[in-house]
Amino acid sequence: MNPLIVSSFTGVSCLGAGIEAWSTALAERRSGLRPCAFEDVAINTFIGEVAGLDRSPVRADLAAYDCRNNRLAAVGLKQDRFLEAVLDARERLGAGRIAVILGTSTSGVMQVERAYQRADPATGALPHFHYPETQNSYSLAAFVRRFLGLAGPAYVISTACSSSAKVFGGAARLIDAGLADAAVVGGVDSLCLTTLYGFRSLELLSDQACRPFDPDRNGISIGEGAGFALVTRAVGATARAAPHDAIALVGIGESSDAYHMSTPHPEGLGATLAMQRALASAGLAPAAIDYVNLHGTATRTNDVAEGRAVAGLFGRDVPCSATKGSTGHLLGAAGIAEAIITMLSLRNGWLPGTANSARVDRECVCRVLLEGEAARPRYALSNSFGFGGNNCSLVFGRI
Amino acid sequence: MRVYVDGIGLLGPGLDGWSQACAVFRGETAYAGGRTARPTVDLLPPAERRRCGDTVRLALHVGVEAVRASGADAAGLAAVFASSSGDGEVTHHICLALARAERDVSPTRFHNSVHNAPAGYWSIATESREPSTSLCAYEGSFAAGLLEAGLQVTAGQRPVLLVAYDAPYPAPLDVFYPMVGSFGVGLVLSPTARATSLGPLDLALADGGDETKLADPALESLRCGVAAARSLPLLAALARGEQSCTHLGYLPGASVVADAAPCAAIAKRSAG
Repeated sequence: MNPLIVSSFTGVSCLGAGIEAWSTALAERRSGLRPCAFEDVAINTFIGEVAGLDRSPVRADLAAYDCRNNRLAAVGLKQDRFLEAVLDARERLGAGRIAVILGTSTSGVMQVERAYQRADPATGALPHFHYPETQNSYSLAAFVRRFLGLAGPAYVISTACSSSAKVFGGAARLIDAGLADAAVVGGVDSLCLTTLYGFRSLELLSDQACRPFDPDRNGISIGEGAGFALVTRAVGATARAAPHDAIALVGIGESSDAYHMSTPHPEGLGATLAMQRALASAGLAPAAIDYVNLHGTATRTNDVAEGRAVAGLFGRDVPCSATKGSTGHLLGAAGIAEAIITMLSLRNGWLPGTANSARVDRECVCRVLLEGEAARPRYALSNSFGFGGNNCSLVFGRI
Repeated sequence: MRVYVDGIGLLGPGLDGWSQACAVFRGETAYAGGRTARPTVDLLPPAERRRCGDTVRLALHVGVEAVRASGADAAGLAAVFASSSGDGEVTHHICLALARAERDVSPTRFHNSVHNAPAGYWSIATESREPSTSLCAYEGSFAAGLLEAGLQVTAGQRPVLLVAYDAPYPAPLDVFYPMVGSFGVGLVLSPTARATSLGPLDLALADGGDETKLADPALESLRCGVAAARSLPLLAALARGEQSCTHLGYLPGASVVADAAPCAAIAKRSAG
């Protein structure tokens, strides 16, 4: 693929607002996960919550879009001078030349959850809520597009936990075809009852802060967060120098498992295909990859299958880590959150460790870093796998 | 960008498959409306068939019809699924469960709640490990899907299946996003022409402007009444095989324009 320059990126999660807060927390191997005290949820689990969203309504002129998911989006857009970077690009390129491609799994579903809880007991009728602006999957991109005053192509990708990794592919195709000069990509997913009780029903929630790749791991911890990146063409006038301008997306690979709706292929067949296709798209051999940010959900099945797939392709020496012990599983925002962590590893010269995990499961076979370490990676790969067997791997590089 | 249409699947109120719909679009038979026929999912293994609901069935039904018409191997196709609405039936049942004291969400319903549930079942049914995406642009979802599928065809120089579908929400959710009926369309798009291809179809992005409407008032009501039926003017143009320029509503201030050239396949068949 033609590399996409990442000229600015930002995120908010339980690790904090902005990439410096993330860098610090990762360097200190700190977990943002806490015992679940979200709303009136009675589940013995840990979550990664972003504090203060209840008190942060969205901008008054966009009040119809007000919901936890869009609040989280607004907080994210205001970090790291990302808003300024987009407005600068809008000034130079024109609002119609900047696309908005975002991922979310549940968008503002909490609005409809609340409506059902307040349904009229006699008729079942629901109190009013703003459906298109909050619950509809597209509501996130509609909100961000208006928040940023952009008018280019836009849509939401919703492929569960790979959603906000795949957004880079959509943006690359639009830019390559000349339908946009730049794109705001990313994803947002917020805590809600659907995912907490849904994952409980699948018996996939850990009763502790999740421990990816640990032999004693027993499930996931759900988190929430937002992440955004401004991507532009690699050549020509649109790739203006910026603080992170040396980082680019150089490869993307996507695949389907064709196996099961909520269990990964046991040998990681789909995962292997996604990673192979990402390497082919980057024109790189496996040996060129210096770091792998694992999907690493801390379920029994994911980590074994992914570990085998990674070791099968890259051997047992390439350093890998799973950062969901720090952030929780951001579901529809996991792809962008881990893309950001991968880009930070390139920028900071630091490979994060695997927070909460004490040992590495020997069945998982790849080389999992429990502690972070200094390194100078040139190329790094990030994995995102979702329900429905939907896989996406991204390769970032310093170019 | 230029693509060819190798196969079409269609299921909507009074539109039961592409051949029957073609006769309606060409004015050979009158559009009678009615209910959407029940989709078939003989492709799915029995375990998955039991687990999936009507919305997934709708998407798979039109995907199968399109792929069979194209003669392509489903396992080799990348797929783009576009829906303005996801699966209202699943959302309804999960929210009902969450409103009860026990909050006992069904695990099957939960994994069916993802927007990419049809894509997941499609991949299992066809044993396709090719990439698939599932997107939403609210009422412009068909146009967004067509644009993305077209980009995938031209960027990857490979055939791509596009499936756009929407099914009405159950009460009490229906008042927030009313739909007149279920509608699904499948298109196999490819970079090169075959003897049976329709098109070529040139896709472009344009500033706003009026959407192309349908002359038949009943079909026009259907077009306006369910987002996936925004595809109807393009389908009608393809059925007639004439030179046409269709404006498909995408986003506020943006539309996708599909220029269809006279279809060689139809001309040949008429001559024969």
